[in-house]
Amino acid sequence: MIMIQQPASARLNQKRGFTVQNPYLPYPVRIDEIITETEDKNLKTFKFVFLDSKDEERFAYKAGQFAELSVTGKGEIPIGIASSPTEKGFIKFTVNKVGLVSTYLHSMKVGDIMGLRGPLGNSYPWETMEGKNVVIIGGGFAFTTLRSSIVYMLDPANRSRFKDINVIYGARSPGMLLYRDELAAWERRDDINMHITVDAANDPSWKYNVGFVPTITEQKAPVAGDDTYAIICGPPIMIKFTQPVLDKMGYAHDHIIMSLENRMKCGIGMCGRCNVGKEFVCKDGPVFTLAQLTTMPKEY
Amino acid sequence: MKVFTIDKKDWDAGIEKTKSSYQVFGPVKEKEWHCFKALDKDEQPDMTYTNTRLSPKFLVQPQTEPMFTYTLDESQPDHHILKEINKDASPKAMVGIRPCDASAFLLVKRNFDAPQYQDPYWLKAYNAITFMGFACNDPCSTCFCTSAGCGPFHEAGLDVLLVDDGDRFLAKSLTDKGDAFMTAAGWKAQADDAGKIEAMKHAAESKIGSRISTGNLKAKETTQIYDAPFWEDTAFSCINCGTCTYSCPTCWCFDIQDENRGNSGVRLRNWDSCMFPLFTIHGTGHNPRGAKVQRVRQRFMHKLKYYVEKYDNGIQCVGCGRCIRLCPVNIDIRKVCNLMNDYDPAACVCPA
Repeated sequence: MIMIQQPASARLNQKRGFTVQNPYLPYPVRIDEIITETEDKNLKTFKFVFLDSKDEERFAYKAGQFAELSVTGKGEIPIGIASSPTEKGFIKFTVNKVGLVSTYLHSMKVGDIMGLRGPLGNSYPWETMEGKNVVIIGGGFAFTTLRSSIVYMLDPANRSRFKDINVIYGARSPGMLLYRDELAAWERRDDINMHITVDAANDPSWKYNVGFVPTITEQKAPVAGDDTYAIICGPPIMIKFTQPVLDKMGYAHDHIIMSLENRMKCGIGMCGRCNVGKEFVCKDGPVFTLAQLTTMPKEY
Repeated sequence: MKVFTIDKKDWDAGIEKTKSSYQVFGPVKEKEWHCFKALDKDEQPDMTYTNTRLSPKFLVQPQTEPMFTYTLDESQPDHHILKEINKDASPKAMVGIRPCDASAFLLVKRNFDAPQYQDPYWLKAYNAITFMGFACNDPCSTCFCTSAGCGPFHEAGLDVLLVDDGDRFLAKSLTDKGDAFMTAAGWKAQADDAGKIEAMKHAAESKIGSRISTGNLKAKETTQIYDAPFWEDTAFSCINCGTCTYSCPTCWCFDIQDENRGNSGVRLRNWDSCMFPLFTIHGTGHNPRGAKVQRVRQRFMHKLKYYVEKYDNGIQCVGCGRCIRLCPVNIDIRKVCNLMNDYDPAACVCPA
């Protein structure tokens, strides 16, 4: 692992006779802000600040990568990075309350100290997508690295590097959408086409789409072409029904980009559990094209 | 490269001498079985042994290995910040390790010493060891090393190859580390009939009775072998006990856990096994390898297909035969390997 400078904890450890960078050692971070995102209160966004500001430079990341959140005394969880590399001074993650670590994390408070290990994995293929149309299709709480991607592309320094940006994002109900203020702000812009949808809405003022993601994709996604890439991230059921729609629309399998999840521990391709065939989701992924996935066993 | 001759009456004294500069490990009989352990003063390795019941991988990758310590006591300035544990990197010698087990470390090293990341725990432990391998004059009936890229006199991964020749040992020093160990033991007499090793090697190799075929594995389509009909049959009797993976010298998978006592704790890693459903279960309850057949297939696919494709350097198996000897339901990797290697979906006439 190439590291230009050692993190604070590594320097502390150097005094104990260590010189090699330890890829299992997290950067110490402080919880700076906690936002409850959804009406069921199962999703919270955690904003972290590095205890040693130099660690932020060492943590240089790309949209689509993830990190291990290290809750000292509980363990680590692999979570996609929700902030964008263009946002400085913090790193943001949105975490669903599921298991031991994430449940404990939900009970933590601003100011608490924990660790952050990464960035890990590959990213969305930003060089390939340069100068192309990008269609983002997301469902439920899998919208985190997609938020990172949108913020990254909309940054004034980057927007001209991409052609049309379309976003199809669905959740069960309006209250289950992540980042609602940002969604509303993106709706008002003319350099991104937002297609927000919910499975059902009981809010009479709901002014966006109603319908499942595959249906809205069929209605709103741009025509397929060499110049158009689709990034899909969502629950398996959404992917299962969206992929045939994209097929029907003529999207080539190497133009459909997906991000996988598997149980992970090390995050660096060593502990052995997250493999799909010969690839490790943590190190060789999590981002694969559909063309790649069709040559691999369906173990995800 | 030098070949030494060690009179067996000088052996014990030489081993004793090395203990002043090395922590010496060797095979020792405990109850019914041999195992590798650190030799006490005046304790000698049992050089009449066949092989240890479990592989010596635990000397490089302990079954439980502390990685970091931490305090949860918020009155401490470094609370919740992980601190590294100083690991012992003093010189160690593994005397009597079988060539297959030493060679296994080289296969595992590809995982822990990768271009992008290096595992400091594994590498530090491995690099501290001098390997004095012990050639097998009489291999077991379950050994298939010669067709698994290894052999009873295999030298890769060894610093010294030791050969039992009646009332003496022949010792072929292969590296600087090996030379240093020989010097530390005070064994200096050069053999004038070093060529004898080659003859003994051929004799031992001809005793290996079982073979596997691996030549077609790389070229086969992953998804075709994955979907082959023989997995159900292969996995039928498996009880997912994990004995195969725990005894295997080339299995390295691990889990990471935090363990707390009061306000202090340790992050440690433990051996894990692809045989266990918890290995891959998602937080949501979804499990990509939730069924037994999927886990059995994973073990063989990893060793005999994914690894072969990933590193293009042979199978992830040295043919030690432990999994065959210890499997409570007689699943035999030799049979599975041949099924995979010979599988031709076009020729398959199984009732679909």
